[in-house]
Amino acid sequence: MMNIGKHITLACIAAAALLAPLCASAEEHGGEGGEKELAIGDIITEHVFDSYWWHITTYKGRHISMYLPIIARSEGGSWHVFSSRHLAHGEVYRGFRIAAKGEKHEGKVVATSAAGEAYRPWDISLTKNALALTINSAIMLALFLGAARWYKRRPKNATPSGFVCAVEMLVMDVEEGIVHASIGKDYKRYSPYLLTAFFFILINNLMGIIPIFPGGANTTGNIAITFVLALCTMVAVNLFGNREYWKEIFWPDVPVWLKVPLPIIPLIELFGVISKPFALMIRLLANIFAGHTVILAFTLLVFITAKIGVGINAGMTAFSVVLSIIMLCLEFLVAYIQAYVFTLLSAVFIGLSRPEHHAAHKK
Amino acid sequence: MSLLTPDFGLLFWMLVNFLIVFGILAKFGFPVITRMVSERRDHISKSLLAAEEATKKLENVRQESLAMLDEARVRQTEIIKKAIADGEQIVRNAQQKATEETEKQLDAARRSIELQKEKALSEINAQVALLSIDIAEKILRRQLDDREQQETFALQMVEETENIRRKRSHRR
Repeated sequence: MMNIGKHITLACIAAAALLAPLCASAEEHGGEGGEKELAIGDIITEHVFDSYWWHITTYKGRHISMYLPIIARSEGGSWHVFSSRHLAHGEVYRGFRIAAKGEKHEGKVVATSAAGEAYRPWDISLTKNALALTINSAIMLALFLGAARWYKRRPKNATPSGFVCAVEMLVMDVEEGIVHASIGKDYKRYSPYLLTAFFFILINNLMGIIPIFPGGANTTGNIAITFVLALCTMVAVNLFGNREYWKEIFWPDVPVWLKVPLPIIPLIELFGVISKPFALMIRLLANIFAGHTVILAFTLLVFITAKIGVGINAGMTAFSVVLSIIMLCLEFLVAYIQAYVFTLLSAVFIGLSRPEHHAAHKK
Repeated sequence: MSLLTPDFGLLFWMLVNFLIVFGILAKFGFPVITRMVSERRDHISKSLLAAEEATKKLENVRQESLAMLDEARVRQTEIIKKAIADGEQIVRNAQQKATEETEKQLDAARRSIELQKEKALSEINAQVALLSIDIAEKILRRQLDDREQQETFALQMVEETENIRRKRSHRR
Protein backbone atom coordinates (compact mmCIF):
# COMPACT_ATOMS: atom_id res chain seq x y z
CA MET A 1 0.00 0.00 0.00
CA MET A 2 2.69 2.48 0.88
CA ASN A 3 4.19 2.05 -2.55
CA ILE A 4 1.09 3.39 -4.21
CA GLY A 5 2.62 6.83 -4.12
CA LYS A 6 5.73 5.61 -5.77
CA HIS A 7 3.71 3.77 -8.35
CA ILE A 8 1.55 6.76 -9.08
CA THR A 9 4.64 8.90 -9.49
CA LEU A 10 6.15 6.30 -11.73
CA ALA A 11 2.96 6.06 -13.69
CA CYS A 12 2.92 9.77 -14.31
CA ILE A 13 6.51 9.77 -15.43
CA ALA A 14 5.80 6.84 -17.71
CA ALA A 15 2.84 8.61 -19.24
CA ALA A 16 4.84 11.75 -19.82
CA ALA A 17 8.11 10.37 -21.11
CA LEU A 18 7.24 6.79 -22.16
CA LEU A 19 10.59 5.59 -21.01
CA ALA A 20 11.46 1.95 -21.53
CA PRO A 21 13.91 1.62 -18.59
CA LEU A 22 11.04 2.07 -16.16
CA CYS A 23 9.59 -1.18 -17.31
CA ALA A 24 12.86 -2.86 -16.43
CA SER A 25 12.78 -1.31 -12.99
CA ALA A 26 9.28 -2.52 -12.43
CA GLU A 27 10.21 -5.99 -13.52
CA GLU A 28 13.10 -6.07 -11.19
CA HIS A 29 10.84 -5.03 -8.36
CA GLY A 30 8.38 -7.80 -9.09
CA GLY A 31 10.54 -10.82 -9.67
CA GLU A 32 13.38 -11.42 -7.33
CA GLY A 33 14.76 -14.47 -9.04
CA GLY A 34 15.28 -12.55 -12.28
CA GLU A 35 11.91 -13.67 -13.62
CA LYS A 36 10.66 -11.94 -16.69
CA GLU A 37 6.99 -12.19 -15.63
CA LEU A 38 5.67 -9.53 -13.31
CA ALA A 39 4.43 -11.29 -10.16
CA ILE A 40 1.36 -9.15 -9.50
CA GLY A 41 0.11 -11.41 -6.73
CA ASP A 42 3.38 -11.20 -4.88
CA ILE A 43 3.52 -7.42 -5.07
CA ILE A 44 0.01 -7.04 -3.78
CA THR A 45 0.63 -9.60 -1.04
CA GLU A 46 3.76 -7.79 0.04
CA HIS A 47 1.83 -4.56 0.41
CA VAL A 48 -1.38 -5.66 2.06
CA PHE A 49 0.01 -8.22 4.50
CA ASP A 50 2.19 -7.75 7.50
CA SER A 51 5.96 -7.90 7.15
CA TYR A 52 9.08 -7.98 9.27
CA TRP A 53 10.50 -4.91 7.58
CA TRP A 54 9.10 -1.75 6.18
CA HIS A 55 9.87 -1.56 2.49
CA ILE A 56 10.06 2.14 1.70
CA THR A 57 11.17 2.21 -1.89
CA THR A 58 13.36 0.55 -4.50
CA TYR A 59 15.96 2.74 -6.08
CA LYS A 60 17.99 1.48 -9.05
CA GLY A 61 17.21 -2.10 -8.16
CA ARG A 62 18.13 -1.69 -4.51
CA HIS A 63 15.49 -2.17 -1.87
CA ILE A 64 15.44 0.61 0.69
CA SER A 65 13.77 -0.85 3.75
CA MET A 66 13.46 -0.16 7.42
CA TYR A 67 14.40 -3.30 9.32
CA LEU A 68 12.32 -3.87 12.43
CA PRO A 69 13.15 -5.79 15.60
CA ILE A 70 12.27 -9.45 15.77
CA ILE A 71 11.29 -10.66 19.22
CA ALA A 72 10.96 -14.43 19.43
CA ARG A 73 11.37 -17.25 21.92
CA SER A 74 13.65 -20.10 21.08
CA GLU A 75 13.01 -23.73 21.98
CA GLY A 76 15.18 -23.36 25.05
CA GLY A 77 12.82 -20.77 26.46
CA SER A 78 15.03 -17.75 26.04
CA TRP A 79 13.83 -14.63 24.25
CA HIS A 80 15.79 -13.26 21.32
CA VAL A 81 15.64 -9.69 20.09
CA PHE A 82 17.47 -8.84 16.88
CA SER A 83 17.05 -6.85 13.72
CA SER A 84 15.16 -8.46 10.87
CA ARG A 85 18.10 -7.49 8.65
CA HIS A 86 19.66 -10.82 9.68
CA LEU A 87 16.78 -12.74 8.14
CA ALA A 88 16.44 -10.61 5.04
CA HIS A 89 17.33 -13.00 2.23
CA GLY A 90 16.29 -16.34 3.62
CA GLU A 91 19.21 -16.37 5.99
CA VAL A 92 19.19 -18.29 9.26
CA TYR A 93 20.03 -16.38 12.42
CA ARG A 94 20.10 -17.84 15.93
CA GLY A 95 18.05 -20.76 14.66
CA PHE A 96 15.34 -18.51 13.23
CA ARG A 97 14.51 -17.95 9.60
CA ILE A 98 11.61 -16.70 7.56
CA ALA A 99 9.67 -19.50 5.91
CA ALA A 100 10.03 -19.41 2.15
CA LYS A 101 7.23 -19.24 -0.36
CA GLY A 102 5.21 -22.45 -0.56
CA GLU A 103 6.38 -23.62 2.83
CA LYS A 104 4.14 -23.92 5.89
CA HIS A 105 3.90 -20.60 7.81
CA GLU A 106 4.95 -18.82 4.66
CA GLY A 107 6.52 -15.43 5.33
CA LYS A 108 6.62 -15.90 9.09
CA VAL A 109 9.54 -16.42 11.42
CA VAL A 110 10.04 -20.14 12.02
CA ALA A 111 12.46 -22.12 14.13
CA THR A 112 13.61 -25.65 13.54
CA SER A 113 12.77 -28.13 16.26
CA ALA A 114 15.02 -30.90 17.52
CA ALA A 115 13.19 -33.24 15.20
CA GLY A 116 14.21 -31.03 12.30
CA GLU A 117 10.74 -29.74 11.66
CA ALA A 118 9.92 -26.08 11.18
CA TYR A 119 7.54 -24.66 13.75
CA ARG A 120 6.24 -21.23 14.78
CA PRO A 121 7.93 -20.01 17.94
CA TRP A 122 6.39 -17.44 20.27
CA ASP A 123 6.82 -14.37 18.14
CA ILE A 124 5.94 -10.85 19.25
CA SER A 125 8.13 -9.07 16.71
CA LEU A 126 7.46 -5.41 16.17
CA THR A 127 6.27 -5.92 12.62
CA LYS A 128 5.33 -3.29 10.08
CA ASN A 129 1.70 -3.31 11.21
CA ALA A 130 2.68 -3.25 14.88
CA LEU A 131 4.92 -0.24 14.26
CA ALA A 132 2.23 1.46 12.20
CA LEU A 133 -0.28 0.84 15.00
CA THR A 134 2.09 2.40 17.48
CA ILE A 135 2.66 5.44 15.27
CA ASN A 136 -1.08 5.83 14.71
CA SER A 137 -1.76 5.45 18.42
CA ALA A 138 0.79 8.16 19.13
CA ILE A 139 -0.89 10.42 16.56
CA MET A 140 -4.26 9.75 18.16
CA LEU A 141 -2.98 10.48 21.64
CA ALA A 142 -1.36 13.67 20.41
CA LEU A 143 -4.58 14.79 18.71
CA PHE A 144 -6.91 14.27 21.63
CA LEU A 145 -4.62 15.04 24.51
CA GLY A 146 -3.63 18.19 22.63
CA ALA A 147 -7.27 19.17 22.33
CA ALA A 148 -7.95 18.29 25.98
CA ARG A 149 -4.94 20.35 27.04
CA TRP A 150 -6.30 23.33 25.18
CA TYR A 151 -9.44 23.23 27.34
CA LYS A 152 -7.48 22.82 30.54
CA ARG A 153 -5.43 25.90 29.82
CA ARG A 154 -8.39 28.11 28.95
CA PRO A 155 -10.90 29.74 31.28
CA LYS A 156 -14.20 27.96 31.66
CA ASN A 157 -16.60 28.14 28.73
CA ALA A 158 -13.88 29.16 26.27
CA THR A 159 -14.84 28.45 22.69
CA PRO A 160 -12.17 26.83 20.55
CA SER A 161 -11.44 27.54 16.94
CA GLY A 162 -9.39 25.83 14.27
CA PHE A 163 -7.89 22.45 15.14
CA VAL A 164 -9.45 22.07 18.59
CA CYS A 165 -12.82 23.12 17.19
CA ALA A 166 -12.56 20.45 14.49
CA VAL A 167 -11.65 17.80 17.07
CA GLU A 168 -14.51 18.93 19.26
CA MET A 169 -16.92 18.85 16.34
CA LEU A 170 -15.91 15.29 15.38
CA VAL A 171 -16.02 14.05 18.97
CA MET A 172 -19.41 15.60 19.63
CA ASP A 173 -20.74 14.34 16.31
CA VAL A 174 -19.83 10.77 17.27
CA GLU A 175 -21.03 11.12 20.83
CA GLU A 176 -24.36 12.74 19.98
CA GLY A 177 -25.03 11.14 16.60
CA ILE A 178 -23.92 7.59 17.34
CA VAL A 179 -23.42 6.91 21.03
CA HIS A 180 -26.26 8.91 22.54
CA ALA A 181 -28.67 8.12 19.72
CA SER A 182 -28.06 4.37 19.91
CA ILE A 183 -27.59 3.69 23.62
CA GLY A 184 -29.84 6.28 25.20
CA LYS A 185 -29.84 6.97 28.90
CA ASP A 186 -26.54 5.51 30.11
CA TYR A 187 -24.48 6.49 27.09
CA LYS A 188 -21.84 8.38 29.09
CA ARG A 189 -20.47 5.13 30.45
CA TYR A 190 -19.75 3.73 27.00
CA SER A 191 -18.83 6.84 25.11
CA PRO A 192 -15.07 6.74 25.94
CA TYR A 193 -14.78 3.23 24.50
CA LEU A 194 -16.87 3.95 21.44
CA LEU A 195 -15.07 7.23 20.79
CA THR A 196 -11.72 5.47 21.11
CA ALA A 197 -12.85 2.73 18.73
CA PHE A 198 -14.16 5.24 16.21
CA PHE A 199 -11.08 7.40 16.08
CA PHE A 200 -8.72 4.43 16.31
CA ILE A 201 -10.32 2.91 13.23
CA LEU A 202 -10.59 6.23 11.42
CA ILE A 203 -6.97 7.20 12.00
CA ASN A 204 -5.70 3.76 11.04
CA ASN A 205 -7.86 3.76 7.91
CA LEU A 206 -6.66 7.20 6.84
CA MET A 207 -3.03 6.47 7.63
CA GLY A 208 -3.38 3.32 5.54
CA ILE A 209 -4.37 5.40 2.52
CA ILE A 210 -1.37 7.72 2.76
CA PRO A 211 1.18 6.00 0.54
CA ILE A 212 4.43 7.29 2.07
CA PHE A 213 6.31 6.11 5.14
CA PRO A 214 4.40 6.65 8.34
CA GLY A 215 1.26 5.65 6.51
CA GLY A 216 0.58 2.89 4.07
CA ALA A 217 0.42 -0.08 6.42
CA ASN A 218 -2.73 -2.10 6.03
CA THR A 219 -3.59 -2.13 9.74
CA THR A 220 -7.39 -2.15 9.79
CA GLY A 221 -7.29 -4.62 6.90
CA ASN A 222 -5.59 -7.16 9.16
CA ILE A 223 -7.64 -9.71 11.05
CA ALA A 224 -5.64 -9.40 14.27
CA ILE A 225 -6.58 -5.73 14.57
CA THR A 226 -10.25 -6.12 13.72
CA PHE A 227 -10.38 -9.18 15.99
CA VAL A 228 -9.25 -7.16 19.01
CA LEU A 229 -11.69 -4.36 18.19
CA ALA A 230 -14.59 -6.77 17.81
CA LEU A 231 -13.55 -8.56 20.99
CA CYS A 232 -13.68 -5.28 22.92
CA THR A 233 -17.18 -4.62 21.62
CA MET A 234 -18.22 -8.15 22.57
CA VAL A 235 -16.88 -7.62 26.08
CA ALA A 236 -18.64 -4.27 26.38
CA VAL A 237 -21.91 -5.80 25.20
CA ASN A 238 -21.87 -8.93 27.36
CA LEU A 239 -20.10 -7.72 30.46
CA PHE A 240 -22.55 -4.91 31.08
CA GLY A 241 -25.67 -6.59 29.66
CA ASN A 242 -28.50 -6.51 32.19
CA ARG A 243 -30.81 -9.30 33.36
CA GLU A 244 -33.35 -8.62 30.67
CA TYR A 245 -30.68 -9.16 28.02
CA TRP A 246 -29.65 -12.56 29.36
CA LYS A 247 -33.26 -13.56 29.84
CA GLU A 248 -33.93 -12.79 26.19
CA ILE A 249 -31.08 -15.11 25.25
CA PHE A 250 -31.76 -18.10 27.50
CA TRP A 251 -35.48 -17.78 28.11
CA PRO A 252 -36.89 -15.70 25.26
CA ASP A 253 -40.52 -14.78 24.91
CA VAL A 254 -41.47 -17.64 22.55
CA PRO A 255 -43.69 -20.77 22.81
CA VAL A 256 -42.29 -23.16 25.39
CA TRP A 257 -41.71 -26.05 22.95
CA LEU A 258 -39.19 -23.93 21.14
CA LYS A 259 -36.96 -23.82 24.18
CA VAL A 260 -37.68 -26.68 26.57
CA PRO A 261 -36.74 -30.11 25.32
CA LEU A 262 -34.50 -28.75 22.62
CA PRO A 263 -33.27 -25.17 23.22
CA ILE A 264 -33.64 -24.08 19.59
CA ILE A 265 -34.18 -20.38 20.10
CA PRO A 266 -31.65 -20.03 22.95
CA LEU A 267 -29.08 -21.68 20.68
CA ILE A 268 -29.85 -19.24 17.90
CA GLU A 269 -29.65 -16.35 20.33
CA LEU A 270 -26.37 -17.62 21.71
CA PHE A 271 -25.04 -17.90 18.20
CA GLY A 272 -26.06 -14.28 17.73
CA VAL A 273 -23.87 -13.27 20.66
CA ILE A 274 -20.85 -14.48 18.72
CA SER A 275 -21.98 -13.72 15.20
CA LYS A 276 -22.58 -10.01 15.88
CA PRO A 277 -18.96 -9.15 16.78
CA PHE A 278 -17.78 -11.65 14.16
CA ALA A 279 -19.65 -9.68 11.51
CA LEU A 280 -18.05 -6.49 12.81
CA MET A 281 -14.61 -8.06 12.53
CA ILE A 282 -15.08 -9.38 9.00
CA ARG A 283 -16.83 -6.26 7.67
CA LEU A 284 -14.02 -3.91 8.61
CA LEU A 285 -11.31 -6.34 7.49
CA ALA A 286 -12.92 -7.06 4.13
CA ASN A 287 -13.64 -3.44 3.29
CA ILE A 288 -10.19 -2.11 4.01
CA PHE A 289 -8.38 -5.12 2.61
CA ALA A 290 -10.39 -4.97 -0.61
CA GLY A 291 -9.83 -1.23 -0.93
CA HIS A 292 -6.06 -1.61 -0.63
CA THR A 293 -6.02 -4.50 -3.06
CA VAL A 294 -8.07 -2.70 -5.70
CA ILE A 295 -5.96 0.46 -5.55
CA LEU A 296 -2.81 -1.61 -5.90
CA ALA A 297 -4.26 -3.57 -8.79
CA PHE A 298 -5.17 -0.40 -10.68
CA THR A 299 -1.74 1.06 -10.05
CA LEU A 300 -0.06 -2.10 -11.26
CA LEU A 301 -1.90 -1.80 -14.57
CA VAL A 302 0.93 0.51 -15.61
CA PHE A 303 3.51 -2.21 -15.18
CA ILE A 304 1.42 -5.00 -16.59
CA THR A 305 0.86 -3.13 -19.84
CA ALA A 306 4.43 -1.87 -20.04
CA LYS A 307 5.42 -4.97 -22.03
CA ILE A 308 2.64 -4.75 -24.57
CA GLY A 309 3.77 -1.58 -26.28
CA VAL A 310 4.45 2.07 -25.77
CA GLY A 311 1.10 3.29 -27.11
CA ILE A 312 -1.04 0.96 -25.05
CA ASN A 313 1.13 1.55 -22.03
CA ALA A 314 0.62 5.31 -22.31
CA GLY A 315 -3.13 4.89 -22.62
CA MET A 316 -3.33 2.44 -19.77
CA THR A 317 -1.12 4.63 -17.60
CA ALA A 318 -3.52 7.53 -17.93
CA PHE A 319 -6.42 5.15 -17.33
CA SER A 320 -4.70 3.73 -14.26
CA VAL A 321 -4.01 7.15 -12.76
CA VAL A 322 -7.63 8.20 -13.24
CA LEU A 323 -8.92 4.96 -11.71
CA SER A 324 -6.47 5.15 -8.81
CA ILE A 325 -7.58 8.69 -8.02
CA ILE A 326 -11.21 7.63 -8.07
CA MET A 327 -10.42 4.66 -5.85
CA LEU A 328 -8.45 6.77 -3.40
CA CYS A 329 -11.37 9.19 -3.10
CA LEU A 330 -13.65 6.23 -2.54
CA GLU A 331 -11.27 4.87 0.08
CA PHE A 332 -11.35 8.17 1.96
CA LEU A 333 -15.10 7.79 2.08
CA VAL A 334 -14.82 4.14 3.10
CA ALA A 335 -12.31 5.04 5.84
CA TYR A 336 -14.94 7.22 7.46
CA ILE A 337 -17.90 4.99 6.70
CA GLN A 338 -16.26 1.88 8.15
CA ALA A 339 -15.27 3.67 11.34
CA TYR A 340 -18.81 5.00 11.53
CA VAL A 341 -20.44 1.64 10.86
CA PHE A 342 -18.27 -0.20 13.37
CA THR A 343 -19.01 2.35 16.08
CA LEU A 344 -22.68 2.60 15.22
CA LEU A 345 -23.21 -1.17 15.29
CA SER A 346 -21.19 -1.50 18.51
CA ALA A 347 -23.38 1.19 20.05
CA VAL A 348 -26.54 -0.49 18.79
CA PHE A 349 -25.45 -3.86 20.21
CA ILE A 350 -24.63 -2.21 23.53
CA GLY A 351 -28.00 -0.48 23.46
CA LEU A 352 -29.69 -3.84 22.81
CA SER A 353 -27.91 -5.37 25.79
CA ARG A 354 -29.73 -2.94 28.08
CA PRO A 355 -33.38 -3.42 27.15
CA GLU A 356 -34.90 -1.43 29.99
CA HIS A 357 -37.60 0.25 27.97
CA HIS A 358 -38.83 -3.08 26.72
CA ALA A 359 -39.18 -4.46 30.24
CA ALA A 360 -40.91 -1.34 31.42
CA HIS A 361 -43.44 -1.57 28.58
CA LYS A 362 -44.34 -5.15 29.37
CA LYS A 363 -45.38 -4.22 32.86
CA MET B 1 0.28 -15.53 5.47
CA SER B 2 -3.33 -16.23 5.68
CA LEU B 3 -5.90 -13.52 5.51
CA LEU B 4 -8.12 -15.00 8.20
CA THR B 5 -5.70 -16.29 10.84
CA PRO B 6 -4.74 -13.61 13.31
CA ASP B 7 -1.05 -13.50 14.02
CA PHE B 8 -0.22 -13.77 17.70
CA GLY B 9 2.46 -11.08 17.71
CA LEU B 10 0.22 -8.55 16.04
CA LEU B 11 -2.67 -9.46 18.36
CA PHE B 12 -0.38 -8.74 21.27
CA TRP B 13 0.74 -5.37 19.91
CA MET B 14 -2.77 -4.39 18.94
CA LEU B 15 -4.11 -5.25 22.38
CA VAL B 16 -1.31 -3.31 24.07
CA ASN B 17 -1.72 -0.29 21.80
CA PHE B 18 -5.48 -0.18 21.91
CA LEU B 19 -5.72 -0.64 25.66
CA ILE B 20 -3.11 2.04 26.34
CA VAL B 21 -4.82 4.48 23.98
CA PHE B 22 -8.21 3.64 25.45
CA GLY B 23 -6.95 3.94 29.03
CA ILE B 24 -5.31 7.31 28.49
CA LEU B 25 -8.02 8.84 26.33
CA ALA B 26 -10.87 7.52 28.49
CA LYS B 27 -9.31 9.29 31.45
CA PHE B 28 -7.64 12.41 30.08
CA GLY B 29 -8.94 12.81 26.53
CA PHE B 30 -12.59 12.42 25.63
CA PRO B 31 -14.24 13.13 29.00
CA VAL B 32 -12.44 16.48 29.16
CA ILE B 33 -13.73 17.45 25.73
CA THR B 34 -17.28 16.19 26.22
CA ARG B 35 -17.54 17.69 29.70
CA MET B 36 -16.36 21.06 28.45
CA VAL B 37 -18.87 20.97 25.64
CA SER B 38 -21.75 20.02 27.88
CA GLU B 39 -20.73 22.68 30.41
CA ARG B 40 -20.60 25.23 27.64
CA ARG B 41 -24.00 24.08 26.41
CA ASP B 42 -25.44 24.53 29.91
CA HIS B 43 -23.82 27.93 30.16
CA ILE B 44 -25.26 29.02 26.82
CA SER B 45 -28.76 27.85 27.61
CA LYS B 46 -28.60 29.49 31.02
CA SER B 47 -27.36 32.72 29.49
CA LEU B 48 -30.12 32.63 26.93
CA LEU B 49 -32.71 32.20 29.68
CA ALA B 50 -31.17 35.03 31.67
CA ALA B 51 -31.16 37.28 28.62
CA GLU B 52 -34.78 36.49 27.96
CA GLU B 53 -35.67 37.28 31.54
CA ALA B 54 -33.74 40.53 31.41
CA THR B 55 -35.57 41.52 28.24
CA LYS B 56 -38.86 40.75 29.93
CA LYS B 57 -37.90 42.79 32.98
CA LEU B 58 -36.82 45.68 30.82
CA GLU B 59 -40.12 45.54 28.99
CA ASN B 60 -41.93 45.58 32.33
CA VAL B 61 -39.95 48.58 33.48
CA ARG B 62 -40.73 50.36 30.25
CA GLN B 63 -44.43 49.59 30.63
CA GLU B 64 -44.36 50.77 34.22
CA SER B 65 -42.68 54.04 33.39
CA LEU B 66 -45.14 54.59 30.56
CA ALA B 67 -48.02 53.97 32.94
CA MET B 68 -46.49 56.34 35.47
CA LEU B 69 -46.09 59.00 32.81
CA ASP B 70 -49.71 58.59 31.76
CA GLU B 71 -50.87 58.84 35.34
CA ALA B 72 -48.78 61.94 35.90
CA ARG B 73 -50.29 63.53 32.84
CA VAL B 74 -53.80 62.78 34.06
CA ARG B 75 -52.97 64.17 37.49
CA GLN B 76 -51.51 67.25 35.91
CA THR B 77 -54.67 68.03 33.95
CA GLU B 78 -56.75 67.32 37.03
CA ILE B 79 -54.69 69.68 39.13
CA ILE B 80 -54.82 72.41 36.52
CA LYS B 81 -58.56 72.01 36.17
CA LYS B 82 -59.03 72.16 39.92
CA ALA B 83 -56.82 75.22 40.20
CA ILE B 84 -58.81 77.01 37.53
CA ALA B 85 -62.08 76.10 39.25
CA ASP B 86 -60.73 77.18 42.62
CA GLY B 87 -59.59 80.49 41.23
CA GLU B 88 -62.94 81.13 39.67
CA GLN B 89 -64.66 80.25 42.91
CA ILE B 90 -62.46 82.64 44.88
CA VAL B 91 -63.15 85.48 42.48
CA ARG B 92 -66.84 84.75 42.59
CA ASN B 93 -66.85 84.65 46.37
CA ALA B 94 -65.00 87.92 46.58
CA GLN B 95 -67.38 89.58 44.21
CA GLN B 96 -70.36 88.32 46.15
CA LYS B 97 -68.88 89.46 49.41
CA ALA B 98 -68.16 92.87 47.97
CA THR B 99 -71.67 93.24 46.67
CA GLU B 100 -73.13 92.25 50.02
CA GLU B 101 -70.88 94.67 51.82
CA THR B 102 -71.84 97.53 49.56
CA GLU B 103 -75.50 96.70 49.97
CA LYS B 104 -75.11 96.66 53.70
CA GLN B 105 -73.32 100.01 53.71
CA LEU B 106 -75.92 101.53 51.43
CA ASP B 107 -78.68 100.29 53.68
CA ALA B 108 -77.04 101.73 56.73
CA ALA B 109 -76.53 105.06 55.00
CA ARG B 110 -80.12 105.15 53.89
CA ARG B 111 -81.35 104.30 57.34
CA SER B 112 -79.24 106.99 58.98
CA ILE B 113 -80.38 109.57 56.43
CA GLU B 114 -83.99 108.69 57.23
CA LEU B 115 -83.28 108.89 60.89
CA GLN B 116 -81.59 112.23 60.53
CA LYS B 117 -84.44 113.49 58.43
CA GLU B 118 -87.09 112.45 60.93
CA LYS B 119 -85.06 113.92 63.71
CA ALA B 120 -84.79 117.17 61.81
CA LEU B 121 -88.47 117.15 61.00
CA SER B 122 -89.50 116.49 64.55
CA GLU B 123 -87.16 119.26 65.66
CA ILE B 124 -88.70 121.57 63.11
CA ASN B 125 -92.20 120.52 64.28
CA ALA B 126 -91.30 121.21 67.86
CA GLN B 127 -89.80 124.54 66.88
CA VAL B 128 -92.94 125.37 64.85
CA ALA B 129 -95.18 124.35 67.76
CA LEU B 130 -93.21 126.54 70.12
CA LEU B 131 -93.32 129.40 67.64
CA SER B 132 -97.05 128.94 67.07
CA ILE B 133 -97.62 128.81 70.82
CA ASP B 134 -95.66 132.01 71.15
CA ILE B 135 -97.57 133.62 68.33
CA ALA B 136 -100.85 132.27 69.66
CA GLU B 137 -100.04 133.61 73.08
CA LYS B 138 -99.31 137.01 71.60
CA ILE B 139 -102.41 136.96 69.42
CA LEU B 140 -104.51 135.60 72.20
CA ARG B 141 -103.33 138.28 74.55
CA ARG B 142 -104.42 140.87 71.97
CA GLN B 143 -107.73 139.47 70.68
CA LEU B 144 -109.29 137.57 73.58
CA ASP B 145 -111.43 140.55 74.44
CA ASP B 146 -113.79 140.00 71.55
CA ARG B 147 -116.07 137.03 71.93
CA GLU B 148 -116.84 136.61 68.26
CA GLN B 149 -113.40 136.96 67.30
CA GLN B 150 -112.57 134.32 69.80
CA GLU B 151 -114.81 131.75 68.25
CA THR B 152 -113.71 132.51 64.69
CA PHE B 153 -110.18 132.22 65.74
CA ALA B 154 -110.72 128.95 67.50
CA LEU B 155 -112.39 127.47 64.46
CA GLN B 156 -109.68 128.75 62.25
CA MET B 157 -107.08 127.15 64.50
CA VAL B 158 -108.79 123.85 64.49
CA GLU B 159 -109.01 123.93 60.72
CA GLU B 160 -105.41 124.78 60.40
CA THR B 161 -104.30 122.08 62.77
CA GLU B 162 -106.26 119.58 60.76
CA ASN B 163 -104.71 120.78 57.57
CA ILE B 164 -101.27 120.39 59.00
CA ARG B 165 -102.06 116.94 60.27
CA ARG B 166 -103.46 115.88 56.91
CA LYS B 167 -100.50 117.26 55.16
CA ARG B 168 -98.12 115.41 57.47
CA SER B 169 -99.98 112.17 57.12
CA HIS B 170 -100.09 112.66 53.40
CA ARG B 171 -96.38 113.20 53.26
CA ARG B 172 -95.76 110.06 55.16
